[in-house]
Amino acid sequence: MSEKILLRGGRVVDPSQSLDRVHDVLIVDGSVARLADGIEAPEDARTVDCAGKVVCPGLIDVHVHLREPGGEHKETIATGAASAVAGGFTAVCAMPNTDPPIDDPAAVGFVVAAGRAAGLARVYPVGCISSGRAGERLALVGEMVDAGAVAITDDGSPVMNSGLMRMALEYARAFGIPVADHPEDLGLSDGGHMNEGIVSSRLGLGGKPNASEDIHIVRDLLLAELTGGHIHLQHVSTRFGVESIRQAKARGVHVTAEASPHHLVLTHEAVDGYRTEAKMNPPLRAQEDVDAVRAGLADGTLDTIATDHAPHHYDEKEAAFADAPNGIVGLETALGIVLTHVVGEGVIDLPTMIERMSCQPARAFGLPGGTLAIGGPADVTVFDPGARWVVDAGQFRSRSRNTPFGGWELTGRPTMTIVGGRIVWSG
Amino acid sequence: MSEVGKPLGKDLVGLEGLSADQLRMILDTAEPFKEISERRIKKVPVLRGKTIVNLFFEASTRTRISFEFAEKRLSADTVNISSTGSSVAKGETLVDTARNLEAMRIDMVVIRHGASGAARFLAERIPSNVINAGDGWHEHPTQGLLDLLTIRDRMGRIEGLRVCIVGDIKHSRVARSNIYGLRALGAEVAVCGPRTLLPPAPEELGCRVFSRVEEAIEWADVLNVLRLQLERMQAGYVPSLREYNRIWGVSTARLEAAPRDILVLHPGPMNRGVEIDSDVADGPHSVILNQVTNGVAVRMAVLYLLAGGQPERAEAAKEGGEA
Amino acid sequence: MSESDVRRAVARMAREIVERNGGTDGLVLMGIHRRGVQIADMVRREIREAEGVEVPTGSIDITLYRDDLEVIGPRPIVGGSNLPAAGIDGKVVVLVDDVAYTGRTTKAALNEVGDWGRPRRIVLCVLIDRGGRELPIQPDITGREVQVPEGQHVEVLVPEHDGRLGVDLVEKGAESS
Repeated sequence: MSEKILLRGGRVVDPSQSLDRVHDVLIVDGSVARLADGIEAPEDARTVDCAGKVVCPGLIDVHVHLREPGGEHKETIATGAASAVAGGFTAVCAMPNTDPPIDDPAAVGFVVAAGRAAGLARVYPVGCISSGRAGERLALVGEMVDAGAVAITDDGSPVMNSGLMRMALEYARAFGIPVADHPEDLGLSDGGHMNEGIVSSRLGLGGKPNASEDIHIVRDLLLAELTGGHIHLQHVSTRFGVESIRQAKARGVHVTAEASPHHLVLTHEAVDGYRTEAKMNPPLRAQEDVDAVRAGLADGTLDTIATDHAPHHYDEKEAAFADAPNGIVGLETALGIVLTHVVGEGVIDLPTMIERMSCQPARAFGLPGGTLAIGGPADVTVFDPGARWVVDAGQFRSRSRNTPFGGWELTGRPTMTIVGGRIVWSG
Repeated sequence: MSEVGKPLGKDLVGLEGLSADQLRMILDTAEPFKEISERRIKKVPVLRGKTIVNLFFEASTRTRISFEFAEKRLSADTVNISSTGSSVAKGETLVDTARNLEAMRIDMVVIRHGASGAARFLAERIPSNVINAGDGWHEHPTQGLLDLLTIRDRMGRIEGLRVCIVGDIKHSRVARSNIYGLRALGAEVAVCGPRTLLPPAPEELGCRVFSRVEEAIEWADVLNVLRLQLERMQAGYVPSLREYNRIWGVSTARLEAAPRDILVLHPGPMNRGVEIDSDVADGPHSVILNQVTNGVAVRMAVLYLLAGGQPERAEAAKEGGEA
Repeated sequence: MSESDVRRAVARMAREIVERNGGTDGLVLMGIHRRGVQIADMVRREIREAEGVEVPTGSIDITLYRDDLEVIGPRPIVGGSNLPAAGIDGKVVVLVDDVAYTGRTTKAALNEVGDWGRPRRIVLCVLIDRGGRELPIQPDITGREVQVPEGQHVEVLVPEHDGRLGVDLVEKGAESS
């Protein structure tokens, strides 16, 4: 049975086709069939009135933690996929720091199957760089790619051994996948639980200096240059890091990079009072760093917005600051936060936002989507840029509630998510 | 100070954020409590019937005993709970402990814990009064207060005094409490120690920085000398204890070169011969023993000021509050 | 009461204290903070003029012995308590206060004195007795008995705190601390 959906009268913004106008979109059998004005609805079509809304290629989050296998009390692939579509995301890339880690084709296959069974957002597994995520030897990269992995990373952890990182960049070239890195020097971060600065000084907490992240960003850029490989730098948070990436791109290094919504909006002041819901890695930094990340997002140095959605159970975060785990959920607040505090504050315009949240992620990871071109998969996000709402973690579809944005008043929220031509969420 | 209600609020988690008036009030309240320790019967019935739990997750004899004396001299019933655990276990123990204390309707909790923020964590979760006896590197407010009282007793004032804290400031809750209290009361504060043991941005905390102890002694009216922990040498912050003593140790020779009579404080316990030489600790500049005496009085004052006070019943009580 | 009324009353109280004790031997005056201290001092001077004897005099602050901390909360500790040099063991302690009302101040003072030592006898002397006892405690020597109408409050004024000597009836809520 073919499902037909007509999205009528929305503002269609598709940077991949340089499109930004009020248009109708007809979806047939899971693909985008027509983009035009005044499309007549076929009899068996479901018509959705999108007047006043924005219709864009489905949002893609290349950095989420779905916790399955091993951490199902925090999130499962199914609940994570549900959280994704509730946030307007049609696809996510799942990080491999599960228990056991995703370091072989069987594990990759498990994630693929679980994502398919959930039938909501597309779930693309990312495999480990190193076997067991131990940072010593390369994992079964080629076999993982055959099984469905779209990239490799040891995220959760940095790759401390530069020799291994070089090898990964060289080896991965054969498969056309990016090597994603969580840039951090563990020696410098040792004993740190938040950004090193005046706030950590006052609170009496160990801090992680900017240099810890900067050193690994520079190292990764140099190795990418040396090997010709594709390095993808995750959750960039420092001003020197942004500047280094900018210069490397100018030199022609194949690098893509992420900015997270929280690093675009919050500084280390948000931690004041020992708020573990503002504790993550890399930590929230100083205002100058936030300003640099925003500028980097605007000029394209940072290509994608990725949430680093990191669910943790309430009990674990309800601890002394030093003992609480790092991470915040982000799938269900990302669009609202970015619309209100990034687009809404003039850092980027709406089409650029969609470029950063859909087109670029697809391009960086070689994923289908990121476009509403005719014949392409109908992964579509519809959102209301003017809708006012208050973040209530109790309403999240995610299993976890650890967010620093609880109670924030935001303007802009998703209203419908369509994956492969099926409406998987509407709100 | 308001005649009714709680002048300090429910808890004493730190000195940061206390006003000069509040600090002065605590010090003024401590004075009459000193006198009680001189009496034959060293007790007043102020906290009679109140239950106080001393919750010490880190071993500490002197602070715990000082609190215990303070509590018993106010006629409270005290219970000591000691608990040590691994760094991960600390977190879970704290939440469960908070819930148990709440269920047992404890009136006041004095907590010492290895994690910065632990006192505030507890204070936010239980209705009992919570007093921070030291949380990680963050604050040790009663130590800060007794240091202020000791300085004020000997120098007559705090405002305009130059006080230098010497030692491992980075990991020191005593240093932080001192910095907040001294600055609020108008003193000039400096820190002196190896750069590896200074916190990031000391200037932003309002402190001058001296790299050598001779410079500090040249400048200061008062030195507060901190204990250098053995672990810091083992972790590589300083190459050896002897080197530390050579460059930052407070010795008689150095004090004698000072342009004025300097007061020397130390929170204890001392590493004689490391951060402070024995003849300084036992000599005329030292007020270390006064600190100990003042400690009990200050803690009595804090307990007294936190206890009781339901303003809504105050009007009725005022009738019967006269002769 | 005017200033001269108060002086006459204090003179009579001083005479009664000495008369009851059969002399000045072993007497110790303890004024209860705040205004009891000034009254005690006036008594001491009267006895010195009349008998030529300097009676040891101290003061007592009952703040830490109050029984209403729960409700009222901590109050400033005004004066501290000072024993005369010779102590109170075996002596006749005369507690001197400005107003006797509920009796709770006296009870607190009795507890406090008891913690310091063991007097041979304790005698209570007040300038004004306004009745309204909540405890079975009565002064031994009284300057004057006063009926206080509803909505009013009796205030003893002393030069050191209030600039003059006297006793006034004031509206409730207008009393000074």
